Amino acid sequence: MSFAESPSRIVYLCSVLFMLVSPNALKAGAKYKDLYKRPTQIPYPSSNTYSDARMILGRTLFFDPRLSGSNWISCATCHNPAFSWGDGLAKGIGDGMKDLSRRTPTILNLAWGELMFWDGRAESLEAQALGPVASTGEMNLPIDQLLAKISKIQGYKTLFKGAYPEEGITKDTISKAIATFERSVVSGKAPFDRWIEGDETAISEKAKHGFTLFNEKASCSQCHSGWRFTDEGFYDIGLAGDDKGRGKILGDIETLQYAFKTPTLRNVDHRAPYMHNGSETSLTKVVDFYNKGGDVTRGSKSEHVKPLLLSDDEKDALIAFLKTLTSIDAATPVTMLPR
Amino acid sequence: MKRFLVILPLVITPFAFAKDHIITQKGKAFSESEITLAPGDNLIFKNDDDTSHNVFSAVEPMKFNLGIQKPGSEASHKFDSAGVAELRCAIHPKMKIKVTVK
Repeated sequence: MSFAESPSRIVYLCSVLFMLVSPNALKAGAKYKDLYKRPTQIPYPSSNTYSDARMILGRTLFFDPRLSGSNWISCATCHNPAFSWGDGLAKGIGDGMKDLSRRTPTILNLAWGELMFWDGRAESLEAQALGPVASTGEMNLPIDQLLAKISKIQGYKTLFKGAYPEEGITKDTISKAIATFERSVVSGKAPFDRWIEGDETAISEKAKHGFTLFNEKASCSQCHSGWRFTDEGFYDIGLAGDDKGRGKILGDIETLQYAFKTPTLRNVDHRAPYMHNGSETSLTKVVDFYNKGGDVTRGSKSEHVKPLLLSDDEKDALIAFLKTLTSIDAATPVTMLPR
Repeated sequence: MKRFLVILPLVITPFAFAKDHIITQKGKAFSESEITLAPGDNLIFKNDDDTSHNVFSAVEPMKFNLGIQKPGSEASHKFDSAGVAELRCAIHPKMKIKVTVK
């Protein structure tokens, strides 16, 4: 069989035709796809390795409102799985139904996170876990009272014995159990992931164009990078307000004034409103905000936030792409709380 | 006089042989994840990225902060005392380098 008649020739001609007809699809696929592949395993630290007993204990504590002074607020009150592990509010609500100063961040995919909270003030999930419990504005339960309360519940004695048999009920084991559960909260495969794996029909051509814009003209990937769509960095994106964010933690660096952690974009269309202060009510408004280069100009503002000059069609494509990041995740089991 | 001549080189030696070590910052990562230095050595951080960076250590006696490094700029720090520190970029906390001075 000559080359002219062979299947190889047909494949070759099809490839050339594809390159001529669909340069954008090829460009996006070839150039960026490798940067967005999902990991295959959840990382657990050697100081707090995974076991089912630890995850189940952590999940039980996470959903238990007795971890608050009022016996009415659990971690899941604000990090509600039905709201993609947020609360759907512009600002969180704490003890006494008082508004908090920032929006509740999702806990999705934090096993790969670096510093916790919007301002990065906790080094790890273990270090973060009891911060909101003890905070007077949030769950308002001092740690000594937490330990006394949990230790009196017979069912918890059994759960802790199974999870941390050598350590018992302590501040550390409560933190470690909650952190283990939180690491297990991972967003499932979204249409975007199926496209990354090679299914060209998984997302629309419009969304593919949006992905190219995301990586190029709109430069969203400068900060929203990798499969979780966050670089874990801290930036002032030019939102109005007097909350200095990371600047309160590391005060002597100008760039960190008004800077907040880059949030993940996984399941982002289920997590309105947006920004650390909940000030943008829709993805359309978020894209408009970035398209004009933010609201405020000041010395600390990131060099990456500047007018983007996106057309209406380009903004639509960007939003179409963002909507492909949403997965339909398995329901979280309702935990029976020990008595 | 003989005693003076013998002792003088011993006193000068640690700093006379101090070295400069270059660490680049590229793709929001340091070029090395750890490095061992001698007392008196310098670390020179070269920002080859298209974004601003920073290097700081929060732990005494190696506590320091190099402030903001714009793309294309350099900053350096001299490590005088023995010890171990984890240096980080305050903007991009995934950028870490462990420094051992001995």
